[in-house]
Amino acid sequence: MNILVCVKHVPDTETAVKIGADGKSIQTQDVNFILNPYDEFALEEALKIKEAKGGEVTLITAGPEEAKKSLRTGLAMGADKAMHILCDESHDSLALAFCLAEGIKDESFDLILCGKQAMDEDNAQVPIMLADKLGLPNISAVIKLEIGDGTATAHREFEGGTEVVETSLPAVISAHKGLNEPRYASLKGIMMAKKKEIKDVSCTCAESGLEILDMAYPPSRAGGRIVGEGTDAVPELVKLLREEAKVI
Amino acid sequence: MSEEEKFDCIIVGAGPAGLSAAITLAKAGVEVAVLERGEYPGAKNVMGGILFTTILDKLLPDFWEKAPVERHITHRRFSLLSKDSEIALDFKTAGYNEPPYNHTWSVLRAKFDRWFAEQVEEAGAMIIPGMMVSELLMDGDRVVGVKTEPGGDELNCDVVISAEGVNSFLAEQAGLRKQHDPAHMAVAVKEVISLPQETIEDRFHLNDSEGCAYEIFGQAVQGTFGSGFVYTNKDSLSIGVGSTIHDMKRHKLNPNDVLEGFKKHPAIAPLVRGAESQEYAAHMIPEGGFHHLPKLTTNGLILTGDAAGLINASHYHEGSNLAMASGVMAAETVIAAKEKGDFSDASLSTYRQKLDDSFVLKDLKKFQNLSKFLNENPHLLRDYPDIISGMLKDYFTISEKPKAVIEKEVMAKFKKEIGIWNIGKDLYKIWRAMR
Amino acid sequence: MKVLVFAEQRAGEFRKAAIEAICAARRLDGDGEVVAVVIGKGIADKAGQLAAYGADKILSIEHDLLDLYSTDGYTTSLQKAVESENPDAVLLAATAMGRDLAPRLGARLDVPVLADVTELSWVDGNLQAVRPVYAGKLMMTVKSNKTPGIATTRPKAFLASEPDQGKTASVTSFDVSLSEDDLKAKVKQIQSEAEGMIELTEADFIVSGGRGMKAAENFTVLEDLAKVLNAAIGASRAAVDSGWRTHSEQVGQTGKVVAPTLYIACGISGAIQHLAGMTSSKVIIAINKDPDAPIFKIADYGIVGDAMEVVPALTEAIKAAK
Ligand SMILES: Cc1cc2nc3c(=O)[nH]c(=O)nc-3n(C[C@H](O)[C@H](O)[C@H](O)COP(=O)(O)OP(=O)(O)OC[C@H]3O[C@@H](n4cnc5c(N)ncnc54)[C@H](O)[C@@H]3O)c2cc1C
Ligand SMILES: Cc1cc2nc3c(=O)[nH]c(=O)nc-3n(C[C@H](O)[C@H](O)[C@H](O)COP(=O)(O)OP(=O)(O)OC[C@H]3O[C@@H](n4cnc5c(N)ncnc54)[C@H](O)[C@@H]3O)c2cc1C
Ligand SMILES: Nc1ncnc2c1ncn2[C@@H]1O[C@H](COP(=O)(O)O)[C@@H](O)[C@H]1O
Repeated sequence: MNILVCVKHVPDTETAVKIGADGKSIQTQDVNFILNPYDEFALEEALKIKEAKGGEVTLITAGPEEAKKSLRTGLAMGADKAMHILCDESHDSLALAFCLAEGIKDESFDLILCGKQAMDEDNAQVPIMLADKLGLPNISAVIKLEIGDGTATAHREFEGGTEVVETSLPAVISAHKGLNEPRYASLKGIMMAKKKEIKDVSCTCAESGLEILDMAYPPSRAGGRIVGEGTDAVPELVKLLREEAKVI
Repeated sequence: MSEEEKFDCIIVGAGPAGLSAAITLAKAGVEVAVLERGEYPGAKNVMGGILFTTILDKLLPDFWEKAPVERHITHRRFSLLSKDSEIALDFKTAGYNEPPYNHTWSVLRAKFDRWFAEQVEEAGAMIIPGMMVSELLMDGDRVVGVKTEPGGDELNCDVVISAEGVNSFLAEQAGLRKQHDPAHMAVAVKEVISLPQETIEDRFHLNDSEGCAYEIFGQAVQGTFGSGFVYTNKDSLSIGVGSTIHDMKRHKLNPNDVLEGFKKHPAIAPLVRGAESQEYAAHMIPEGGFHHLPKLTTNGLILTGDAAGLINASHYHEGSNLAMASGVMAAETVIAAKEKGDFSDASLSTYRQKLDDSFVLKDLKKFQNLSKFLNENPHLLRDYPDIISGMLKDYFTISEKPKAVIEKEVMAKFKKEIGIWNIGKDLYKIWRAMR
Repeated sequence: MKVLVFAEQRAGEFRKAAIEAICAARRLDGDGEVVAVVIGKGIADKAGQLAAYGADKILSIEHDLLDLYSTDGYTTSLQKAVESENPDAVLLAATAMGRDLAPRLGARLDVPVLADVTELSWVDGNLQAVRPVYAGKLMMTVKSNKTPGIATTRPKAFLASEPDQGKTASVTSFDVSLSEDDLKAKVKQIQSEAEGMIELTEADFIVSGGRGMKAAENFTVLEDLAKVLNAAIGASRAAVDSGWRTHSEQVGQTGKVVAPTLYIACGISGAIQHLAGMTSSKVIIAINKDPDAPIFKIADYGIVGDAMEVVPALTEAIKAAK
């Protein structure tokens, strides 16, 4: 199986994100960026499939020069090679999908795995839009995946249950938490990754149809109060819920 | 791993010591890898402090133009707190507003260490974060590499520089040091609290990028052997307290409560009013000083920075520059050893000589008796603040009493509570201890 | 101006979030026209009820192949409806289905999609929205410069108005031709959750447990409380990763984003990734034995104590109070 895994370089989930000087972007200068955690699930799945069926795992990212760091992380986990499309766009999923589709137009893959969503702007759209650009089926946010002979069967959750979806391959599948437990990069993996190839792919990004006007902090929650300790505090809490918060 | 994966030198820990060693080695063309257990250099050192930069300036000239430093320190203040008063020595100078800014900067380590690490990588060292060294690999009595987690992979080298900070397990494994003696360890808790930049500049009387460093003794740490501090960053303050573990135990104190008490003290509360807590961490400081230095080298291993116990615990509160200086000297030792092809203890022991000849051990030597002295004379930090501030309070209290009477009463109290002889003796002892 | 709303249904039941999307369209549109599109099989009869929430016109697209959701079948249907109606904006609920369908539709029409929005407005002929980004750490105001503007609306961010039963609308059936071959990815089976389970994202009350619950069986005390409150059960990632609860119950950055009236966090420390999923709750209660747990910083009411003791007492007290 020839598998492509799309990855994005995103701020660490621990980061207290701050608004940049232009009021429309975030300050990136002191922020630690990591391989998007959902993409780790995608990559882990790709590595497992490769281990079971053989083949090759290729990473791709569209992003700034620093995004190579996340490619290195993925290579250290075990991907075979990587492609980097240098591009500034990171907001418009449609433009990104276009860009990724362009970037791989000379290659062919049996399966394209993505994360369910990038933990920056939480769009959860690139995989689906990419599938459309490539004329492929997609299954989004899967928690279980079985690869058959030219087919894939996946479980995806919806509000109230799970759908079991079957598709022919190639297809674009995006990974949700629960699919697997991503492995750690070993020291050997890290050292080997330094030698693996990262191919620069050029492509002209599509113009964005979105315009960011403003970024703001959400209203902060005023810290509440400790009603008391142990079961003794329960009557007071119930009273507050009835009379002050009026929720019961 | 194949033979070709062998490094000349492996450095454990990407703090000031490890990074200074790495950049020195990389510049000399030595193949070096730095393993850091944090997700990135600085991740485990989230807190702020004062960075002394005489060494850094040599490694990366004019670093301040690019490095994420917070403020250069133009205002230093040492004070003693009693329950409700403060007596201070306050020094400000615009003279520190010129490069090299008196080599004194407030920094946030999470930002600074990461930046420093990038410069080190650019110089050619390999930095591998997210990787913990779990064990030294030995060949007889020779250190020949390290074992790492996660994964349990092994990596070989000619020499290991331990720059792993205070919990120096590797030094222990190599038999250079025994387990830490709590009598020589301080525990510190620090918090970074955010305030708008203008508020900080107004509140602390600072222009632009000027900063201040307050070191506060006495009631700041409830009279224990230690101190509190407040440092200004760009839009946050680093605030914390530290005392010897021994003294904390003796007074049945917990560092967290001491910090909370410190923030509520009437002299400190107005400085931190309205600030929001960003980060909090506790950390140990090896304060054994000159008397308790471990042996610093063995076959294939050198200890640097906190791992070697190189901390100047006097009122100067220096660790970062000693760490950097020792890192550079360790690197120089390795470069020389590589030329000779000899990484034995005998070859590496020139390191100790270099330290002896530099400010690092000269300063530790100068203050070698201070901590012992203060430990043996707990009244200095416990009782003097109250007595002195009590006298000053009497002296400045406005009443209809004639001033001559007040002066007489204050002098009488002074004689009774301290006695000319005792204060003279204490001052003499302090002077001796600091020689 | 005209807004088209995809009115999601499963097994003949319209989603609460779909009703909210219609109400959002109604408010956004003022005097304009709101067209609801219903896709499925055997649902035309029920489609009329959408008028009560503000739909002026209802298109019903029925087909044997549309009985169960499929990206391909539903996208093609919705696309046809959009092309025939030519709306200025298209809204979908940001549910599992809506978030799968909207990006496909956007790609087909070559217009961007504003995902998971919490506010909508119409500015100089363009659809503008506020959407939480970086796990809710920031709110982004963003505008689509293309027509139609497409957005998915976050469940519970838009209030559903009271139904006005006096209002009616025509239900027009709209034909699309589909063949088996058009559906490349097909649902083979649906595994429904237990009867009577309350869906987390729709729940008004959530009782959530973390590592502090210590064992799977201890969640029975939370279930007892949930029964009394008619609440859904949630969990922290630590509880899910320990195997005590299922992934579908995880609240947070890699789980669900919820906004109930009342969220009760039991034995949950309040890690930033957990907070990302629940800080928009109206009232938050924290029960934790560590007075310094960060969850207390955002909770309206806190009790310091052992959840295994406090929760049963709370259950009894609420029972008594009812
Ligand atoms: C509260 C407090 C305030 C201080 N204030 C000041 C101040 O104002 N000015 C000053 O000069 N000094 C100050 N110091 C002292 C200063 O922080 C230290 O002296 C200095 O950081 C020592 O540098 P280092 O490189 O030796 O160790 P560290 O900075 O501790 O770095 C050690 C690194 O090694 C890593 N590591 C540890 N073990 C392993 C392992 N097994 N494998 C891989 N990596 C490992 C750690 O994650 C860490 O990044 C303060 C210390 C404290 C605790
Ligand atoms: C990329 C990424 C994504 C993540 N996504 C999520 C996510 O979606 N959702 C999520 O929840 N987490 C997520 N996490 C994990 C998150 O960082 C925390 O590890 C997790 O939320 C901790 O769960 P917890 O609060 O249950 O456990 P802990 O942090 O271990 O807290 C347990 C708490 O229980 C208290 N306690 C113990 N015993 C008792 C008792 N008897 N009674 C009362 N209280 C008690 C303790 O005081 C403690 O505060 C994510 C992490 C990463 C890195
Ligand atoms: N710039 C990008 N480069 C490569 N893959 C991406 C990029 N942006 C998004 N993806 C993939 O699409 C998934 C969903 O991202 P998003 O739609 O941005 O939330 C991610 O988890 C990645 O797998």
